[in-house]
Amino acid sequence: MSLLEVDDVVVQFGGVTAVNHASFVAEAGRITGLIGPNGAGKTTCFNVISGLQKPNQGKVRFDGRTITRLPVHRRSRRGIARTFQRLEAFGSLSVRDNVRVARDIHRGVVGLVRPASADVDGLLERVGIAAYAGERADSIPTGVARLLELARCLAGDPQLLLLDEPSSGLDESETDEFGELLARLAAEGRAILMVEHDMDLVMSVCDDIHVLDFGAVIASGPPAEIRSNPQVQKAYLGYADDPADETRVDLPAVELTQEIRLEGATP
Amino acid sequence: MSSILSFTILGLFTGAAYAIAASGLVLTYTTTRVFNIAHGAFGMVMAFTFWDFSQRQGMPTWLALFLVLGVVAPGTGYLVQRFVTRGLGEGPVSVSLVVTVGLFVGLIGVAQYIWPPAPRTVPPFLPESGLEIGDTYVTAHQIITIALSVVVAGLLYLLLNRTRIGTAMRASVDNPVLLRLFGGNPDRVASLSWAIGISLAALAGILLTPVIGLSYYDLTLLVINAYAAAMLGRLKSLPLTFVGAMGLGILQSFAVAYLPTEGALSGLRAVVPALFLFVVIILMPQAQLRIGQVKGIVSAPLPSLTKSLSWGAVLLVVVALIAGVTSDANLLLVGTAATYAMVMLSLVLLTGYGGHVSLAQFTFAGVGALAYAKLDEPNLYGLFLSAVIAAAVGALVALPVLRLTGLYLALSTLAFGVLMDKMVFQADFAFGFNGTLQAERLSILGHSITSTSGYVVVMAVFFVLMALALLLLRRGVLGRLLIAMRDSPAACGTLGLDMRWFRVGLVGLSAGMAGLAGGLFAGLRGTIGAADFQLFNSLPLLLLAVVCGVTSVSGAALGGIGLMLLPVLQSSRPELAGLVFAVLGFGAVALGRDPNGLANLAFGIGHRLDKRFGDRIRRAVPVLPLPRSRAEDDVVLDPEVPLLTAPQSTAESTAPPREEPAHVAS
Repeated sequence: MSLLEVDDVVVQFGGVTAVNHASFVAEAGRITGLIGPNGAGKTTCFNVISGLQKPNQGKVRFDGRTITRLPVHRRSRRGIARTFQRLEAFGSLSVRDNVRVARDIHRGVVGLVRPASADVDGLLERVGIAAYAGERADSIPTGVARLLELARCLAGDPQLLLLDEPSSGLDESETDEFGELLARLAAEGRAILMVEHDMDLVMSVCDDIHVLDFGAVIASGPPAEIRSNPQVQKAYLGYADDPADETRVDLPAVELTQEIRLEGATP
Repeated sequence: MSSILSFTILGLFTGAAYAIAASGLVLTYTTTRVFNIAHGAFGMVMAFTFWDFSQRQGMPTWLALFLVLGVVAPGTGYLVQRFVTRGLGEGPVSVSLVVTVGLFVGLIGVAQYIWPPAPRTVPPFLPESGLEIGDTYVTAHQIITIALSVVVAGLLYLLLNRTRIGTAMRASVDNPVLLRLFGGNPDRVASLSWAIGISLAALAGILLTPVIGLSYYDLTLLVINAYAAAMLGRLKSLPLTFVGAMGLGILQSFAVAYLPTEGALSGLRAVVPALFLFVVIILMPQAQLRIGQVKGIVSAPLPSLTKSLSWGAVLLVVVALIAGVTSDANLLLVGTAATYAMVMLSLVLLTGYGGHVSLAQFTFAGVGALAYAKLDEPNLYGLFLSAVIAAAVGALVALPVLRLTGLYLALSTLAFGVLMDKMVFQADFAFGFNGTLQAERLSILGHSITSTSGYVVVMAVFFVLMALALLLLRRGVLGRLLIAMRDSPAACGTLGLDMRWFRVGLVGLSAGMAGLAGGLFAGLRGTIGAADFQLFNSLPLLLLAVVCGVTSVSGAALGGIGLMLLPVLQSSRPELAGLVFAVLGFGAVALGRDPNGLANLAFGIGHRLDKRFGDRIRRAVPVLPLPRSRAEDDVVLDPEVPLLTAPQSTAESTAPPREEPAHVAS
């Protein structure tokens, strides 16, 4: 049984179906990638799992129990933590205080209910942003803010980490370090579910990948399989043919070159 | 039988007018996300304008009607959207609430200035005509109103469903960003809906004037009925809004007809809309957390402990000096200022730190004062108990925030303010109708403080203690959590915080602080009545708190003094009474976007003076302490540096340069 099971979830906004009978899983100790073109429903899936969006249909099971009806904070206490694509740092607090708040919440407001979790500076050290500890969170670069959101999640020692585009804003060497950090976090037994546009990162760190297109899962499997899946290639390449649609042009183009490079790298 | 029919028709008539007003409110809210508290105030001003055109200037009714509904009202709506409320929908709810409360107070001020109090009447349309239905006489005005509401409903339906811009309006309800992506123009949609919205407010105001009279406050407050109706449609559905309006109209009409005119239930008739609003808000389904960081929040400057202690001491010394030399009449003013300042401190907690808005904070002070007078325990125990009672009432009012947030809390406090004004404070068990209660001055540990000067100093001590407690709270775990909840409720939720009871507690604590101030105020005055705690006192209080800086303790002190001076100013120049409110209201409109307010400006001036002359003065007077290192000061404490641009500070310049992505992912 997988730690997280998303089962036949449907989300509709007015007439638009954002998630269309999507089913996928994330296993403990493994990194699972959730990829797809813009607007494929990835973030909506995250919202459904974390409780910020009620699905019109379908179930979410975590650790063997159905959590579809649980409020947001109760899911967090069960061990689900997430970061946001559009940053949700506490802008007017310092970076250190952001993590302190997360720790305080996890311990219960009075700090007596639960044992103390990891120390704040240690967490900042761990994700590599200790140098920013005293900065206001709305003044730091995007990449740092994403790592801050990760540190905030880790303050609660979650079993499942939902990371929404965690590497955007990081440069190449930082992304490499970040990949190693993810591997260590997974090795501790956590399940990591990651929405990510950087195909290099996805292909190198993920154990499993699910591909979403128009809200539906069109492929699932290990990276090698996904890479050669014709349906996946079509989903990405299909958009490149439409020059009028600006929002979708540069993304497939980037991934296309990566695809080629990856093809070339494999013997 | 015939009486039921006639009251039903009366109810349908008022319901029709509410429906017209409410549909305008829904239209503006759904398309721009700005809830216009001043909707009724616009209706009031337009009704006055109509009177001015048709009665004072003697224009024919049709021309006056055309000018108001077709030119003045839509023009006003367009300008207000263009220059006042534009972009507010994307910011924190507290800012858009404060800005529209500013419009509310400002419009009342303008009306009082242009049309000073005098008896005025507006005749109904076709005053001589009517219709007999059975043995019930229905006036032409009633028929016209009901017919107009049907016409408005029909036209709105056609506009929203059959026209291009209407489709764009509906799209902008769901997602204004998406609308822009698909080539729509949200700004044009917003201007149009405000133009229509204000016209509808005007129409409702004009239709109701012959029945309820041309009054600044009654017409303005009538909008609560519109809120209530709109809330039934969850501020979205126009058909449900019409149903709510008609239902409310009939309910109110039946309440007037069948509720007893004496005894405990007699007050109920006046508060039917407020109760209706409160019940609907409580019964609303659970709202989902808003994702997307709230933009435009400015942080609260936080002085160091020594700094706050020394300023507190300075304030006490100044008050003690004043208390020693000035007359009792002036001392009452100082005590009043202290009361206002303490109530504003409660707003610093609620609005400045917590990001919630209370429109009836002074009513909570009234609850505290009432409890203090009724308990008749003029000592610390009695004062504490009064504060606890006010806090409990506050928590009760805040129950809607268990499931909803922001806007609904503000509306809930508004309904509460009306309820207390019209029903509770005037009841026999409270102050009584136009009655007063006696309250003795506090005695502390057996020492009775009878002199006004001594009592004023005690009040100043309470202010300083409350301010210090507030600053301590802000520094601690709770303060951090409050700021976090204000900055990103979604992140707090996903980190495991159950914000619901926390919010109720916050409102309770804030109401308790106001209640404490009210208890002290009762002791200061000795005689208090319902008039001291009217709902309309709370709105200037909120506005001045924001104008002076609702994020800082100094702002509260400044605001308290300012609010005390308002009536002094008004009584010395009565002809300017309306203008003062207009200036205050529109000042809040201008400054509402920066909750740090004037206090922040004053800090800035002080800092600049220090930079300019500080060194010279310190050289001349060697005992003065040196300022702490400026670098540290600038980053953490200095409120002078505009806080949103503060980021260019030390660590970033030493850290390796990072590549910013061209677009923050959206």
